[in-house]
Amino acid sequence: MTNIITKLAATAAITLAMATPSIAANPAIKARQALMQIYVFNISQLGAMAKGVVAYDSAAATAAANNLLAAATMDQSAMWPQGTDNEAMFGETAALPAIWTTYPAVAEKGKALVEVAGAMAAVAGTDLASLQGAMGALGGGCGGCHKQFRQPKD
Amino acid sequence: MLGLAGFAIFWVLTVPKTHGATALLGLSGNADKGALVFAAAGCASCHAAKDAKETDRLILSGGRAFPSDFGTFYAPNISPDTEHGIGTWTLAQFANAVSFGTSPTGKHYYPAFPYSTYQNMELADIADLYAYFQTLPASAEPAKPHAVPFPFNIRRSLGMWKILLMPKGFHLPETGLTEVELRGRYLVEAMGHCTECHTSRNFLGGLRTDHWLAGGPNSDGKGSIPNITPHKQGIKSWAEIDIVTYLNSGFTPEYDSAGGAMAEVVENMAHLPPEDHKAIAAYLQKIPPLPKP
Repeated sequence: MTNIITKLAATAAITLAMATPSIAANPAIKARQALMQIYVFNISQLGAMAKGVVAYDSAAATAAANNLLAAATMDQSAMWPQGTDNEAMFGETAALPAIWTTYPAVAEKGKALVEVAGAMAAVAGTDLASLQGAMGALGGGCGGCHKQFRQPKD
Repeated sequence: MLGLAGFAIFWVLTVPKTHGATALLGLSGNADKGALVFAAAGCASCHAAKDAKETDRLILSGGRAFPSDFGTFYAPNISPDTEHGIGTWTLAQFANAVSFGTSPTGKHYYPAFPYSTYQNMELADIADLYAYFQTLPASAEPAKPHAVPFPFNIRRSLGMWKILLMPKGFHLPETGLTEVELRGRYLVEAMGHCTECHTSRNFLGGLRTDHWLAGGPNSDGKGSIPNITPHKQGIKSWAEIDIVTYLNSGFTPEYDSAGGAMAEVVENMAHLPPEDHKAIAAYLQKIPPLPKP
């Protein structure tokens, strides 16, 4: 029975999350979600070239990779205040309480992202094969946090 | 008397299966090939310690908890430790476990161990996997007993579960499949055990095979599992390159990245050659499009 209630609650949470897309009221949550959008935008430039959807352009690839590295290197400490997890801020964020309860594990993952973003920035301008070769590790850098610290979504 | 007869029938039906005496004759595993089977079958995702990274994912010490509607299962230590792991197992014992979910002492394993998928694995691949297992580091981590309450703790009844609820053989019929699609089918339905999460289950924990890979609620109670059929509620809009990219990097077509358990699957997939990613993509584009149940 408890399980059914949990499932119902989870379904309700998802429905709520879908009904209110990314209009977080909390400024810290808003800032970090915006930062994620900066990641996504620049990775999508690189990804489109890696997939061959867009022709490879050395300068554009370098610019996107440098932007990503700059964003990943930003000091985010003020964007993650205590009490902004998905239990306290229901429906506004997918950030799991584990970010705070297992700190500094998340900071290690952040460092790992900076490393792989740096590796991408170092080779993105070389040629298409080098860019493609760095995509997997970059994805792993994103997954490092998303595996443990983000509420899985459908 | 009738009860006794019924019990006798139950007892005979539920005998744990094993390979015949000659099935494994002449098989000598290749550890290098076994490394690829290990990645494709995702052994580390359950049997390595939680949050283990890189080479630590090769220490199959077990201990990770899997909550379900039937209780909490703990992954056993399957490292080659002779006391706490499976270091004393013969190839035959290993193959019986992988193919049939039968332990060396002739007991049924719980289907949290995805033998319902591995039953489709070729014995040569199991032999390669066995050879690879011998090269992995031993761990002296003691096994943790499952926390499974009555009546699900009666292991013999799992024989009935296997008869009634375990799919028999491959799901997607072989007819008309290209070589690449067949390889994809093997990766998905014999090794990758995608269906163990991506197909929903009935109240007895059996796969609802008429909803094959169409997603559903997450059995651990959090969120839901995506539909990965070529349906508009699934991944119809994903091109082959999108699926390949997701498997080798975790990036979705929107450049979100895989999270939760799927992030670990992507880590395993990174060890497979690009042709295998393409084969999985071909399979996923071949299966019938189905709405979410």
